[in-house]
Amino acid sequence: MTGLPKWVDLGLLPLMNLALAFLIAGGVVAIIGESPVEALSVMLKGAFVYDGGLGYTLYYTTNFLFTGLAVSVAFHAMLFNIGGEGQAAIGGLGAILVCLALDAVMPGLIVIPLAIAAAAVFGGAWAVVPGWLQAYRGSHIVITTIMFNFIAAGVLVSLLSGPLMRAGQSSPQSRDIAEAAQLPFIHDIARALGFPATSTPLNLSFVLALIAAVGVWVLIWRTRWGYALRAVGQSEPAAQYAGIRVPRTVVAAMAISGALAGCMAVNEILGAQHKMVLNFTAGYGFTGIAVALMGRNHPVGIFLAALLFGALYQGGAELDFEFQTITREMVLLIQGLIILFSGALSLMFVPALQRVFRPGPA
Amino acid sequence: MNPDDRAGGTPPAVRLSGISKRFGAVQANRDVDLEVARGSIHGIIGENGAGKSTLVSILYGFYEADAGRIEIDGHVVAIRSSAAAIAQGIGMVHQHFMLVPTFTVLENVMLGAEGGPLLARGAAETRAELLDLSTAYGLEVDPDAKVGDLAVGLQQRVEILKALRRGARILILDEPTGVLTPDETGRLFDILRGLRREGVTILLITHKLREIMAVTDRVSVMRQGEMVAHRETASTTPEELAELMVGRRVAAMPRRELVAALGVDAGGGGTPRARSRPQPNAGALEVRGLGWRDARGITRLSDVSLTLREGEILGLAGVAGNGQSELLDVLSGIATPQSGVIRIGERIINRDRPAGPAELRALGLAHVPEDRHRRGVVLGFTAQENAVLGYQHGPAAGDGRLLSPAALACHCAALMKRFDVRPAAPGLRMSGFSGGNQQKLVLAREIEAEPRILLVGQPTRGVDIGAIEFIHGEILKLRDQGCAILLVSVELDEILALADRVAVMNAGRIVGERRLSGIDAEDRSEIGLMMAGIARIREPAAARPAASPEAGSAEA
Repeated sequence: MTGLPKWVDLGLLPLMNLALAFLIAGGVVAIIGESPVEALSVMLKGAFVYDGGLGYTLYYTTNFLFTGLAVSVAFHAMLFNIGGEGQAAIGGLGAILVCLALDAVMPGLIVIPLAIAAAAVFGGAWAVVPGWLQAYRGSHIVITTIMFNFIAAGVLVSLLSGPLMRAGQSSPQSRDIAEAAQLPFIHDIARALGFPATSTPLNLSFVLALIAAVGVWVLIWRTRWGYALRAVGQSEPAAQYAGIRVPRTVVAAMAISGALAGCMAVNEILGAQHKMVLNFTAGYGFTGIAVALMGRNHPVGIFLAALLFGALYQGGAELDFEFQTITREMVLLIQGLIILFSGALSLMFVPALQRVFRPGPA
Repeated sequence: MNPDDRAGGTPPAVRLSGISKRFGAVQANRDVDLEVARGSIHGIIGENGAGKSTLVSILYGFYEADAGRIEIDGHVVAIRSSAAAIAQGIGMVHQHFMLVPTFTVLENVMLGAEGGPLLARGAAETRAELLDLSTAYGLEVDPDAKVGDLAVGLQQRVEILKALRRGARILILDEPTGVLTPDETGRLFDILRGLRREGVTILLITHKLREIMAVTDRVSVMRQGEMVAHRETASTTPEELAELMVGRRVAAMPRRELVAALGVDAGGGGTPRARSRPQPNAGALEVRGLGWRDARGITRLSDVSLTLREGEILGLAGVAGNGQSELLDVLSGIATPQSGVIRIGERIINRDRPAGPAELRALGLAHVPEDRHRRGVVLGFTAQENAVLGYQHGPAAGDGRLLSPAALACHCAALMKRFDVRPAAPGLRMSGFSGGNQQKLVLAREIEAEPRILLVGQPTRGVDIGAIEFIHGEILKLRDQGCAILLVSVELDEILALADRVAVMNAGRIVGERRLSGIDAEDRSEIGLMMAGIARIREPAAARPAASPEAGSAEA
């Protein structure tokens, strides 16, 4: 769309945006009296090199993949699903209900797929309501999905401080689920295969997220339904003309989007924490918007963006740990800069690049 | 208007030299020179996409030229914004009006030049100026009327008044007649002649030769971004201009095609039409008493009845916005009829038994929508994706459950070859094709479905002459194969050239229907009267046949 060569559009431009964000973040680091080079090196090593760093990075990546994919599916129908946070929370509710009800009486091979399905169905259902309201009643999806985040948070508070709270204690979390219903850790699998591995929260959900990414690609670009979805997103009048039922497509797109967001809870509840704690969604749903934006709503781009954000989370934690002066807030600042330059200002360099790469006079 | 002005040393009102402008891969203007004498009406003619609009947009400060020089009254000026253009005394009347419909005429004219934070004084001044301008130029319009309530011709006057009030001495009109009835067009030309008398320089952008011949003093012809010729209107002919526009002899073109494409009867007097085609028989699609209100409850269609017969083209004429778009929507299943019935074969469609676009396609109805960019194609999709729009569940999109890019590309390439779509690149985004090629692809897609009924709206809007010829040929071929065709067009010439019968719409009703068999000029004047609403009481001045004011001055 920018009229630039593909490698510039998809390669150079994002790299320039990223470089600018890091440059300014480096400036801030320098102002508070630390070495930007050293900080960057700690971040990179923390994310990829240090023992267990990569595992943590990929564990965060899993969350961002699910929520980023969720945003992108809705976006292809030109729907801004801001409700990933709430859909993940309700998805988690579905997963934990299945686990709490069945983990004592059924084997993991039945409980785990059921719990995953429940996460998807609950998350999807939570997104269907705003989708239906937009499609048939004209309520704006941005407003309704935001409001549904608050409702979801309220539901979780009341359940986790009430019926779902673990007996005999006062913190808002459920009881641990049985070992059989937990998704295996990657480090356990590696050890079983004879490789030494550091313990990290990375679990099989990562594989599930990769499968979801491939699935989204097939769905959007290789199915007739995905064709209809994109047609609705690009031109509603043309979609109507083509005989596509627009409202129904909108609702279905939201259902799939919500289901993907709901699956984020699989990583947290079945994979990493083995229980539901309050606020386990921790803003991943919102950051998914930035991930989708950076990844240009394409699964490959979303994977790269999710990896970047995963590395930022993990490397940022390392930064916070190693430097007294660089706090958690500082790391948030860096993330904010990246979102600003890669998302909101992502086309800032386009005019300059167009001058450089414009086709010569014929 | 007087050619001696230039010889006598008076600098031209506008002189453009060496103007070039490039958009990405498209060279919109290449080394364009233009001189417009002060106090003349100067036409710029060319096919769609010839670069006319780009050129005047540069003059009006919308775009900056990559190279070249602009002189106004002999002074070199830099025009980097429309504010700078206005300061140089340049005004523009856009093809699509830039008016606030809920404001009065006075408020619209004041807009952007209110003269201070309080409105009262500025309003009084503007009212006085408006009165002066109205009387000086014969631009009568009620200053307190709401613009949204005015007829299109009057809205255009408001635009002209707006420009004049800002001190415009050079007035650019971009395709000003596209939305006017023949009658309103005649009046616009009277106004332009009045402005010329008062010394205003007028630059008229059009693709209709009829208008150039009727009103201009000089004419410049553009083709593919270049200025190919300048002529005195009095010493040129429509044939010569047409050849210059197209870049080849058009004598070989059938006369009817030429009339339709160029809006001029290059062959001289009307000739009785000769038609050889299968006799039309039973109605393929019947509409009885159709009524439709929009979401705001405004009646858009009332009591519409018509019949489409096999092997026949029914032309639906009318000024844009009189219900033709809504009728196409209802007939194609996009909107549901609220009263009345549509019958296609055995299938009765009404309020209780609606049929969507998918079902209608299955019944053999194809639709070339009038708004290509909004409905006909998805601009962000590739050509091959657009080639199956509406048929995405069919085999052309792939045999199995999944879409097959190979099948899409193959299908699209075949269509492109058969309909000469250029560039023949199935993977290219639709927005990368010219209007004519987009339209060819839409037509190809719909004709490929071998429809029994074809609805086609504005088939040649925004389409270059070469493609017009082709598209008209394909529509006629389809008719000769027995398809029942409804042709909706605001170009009366197009309907006269193609249709076997014509129905005229006004204010959501069919106000007249007749078989086309006589002389073109007769048809034209009668249909023109219907388009304007036959029920209206007409002023004596307008009672003469609508085609004559233009034709009269062309001969002068």
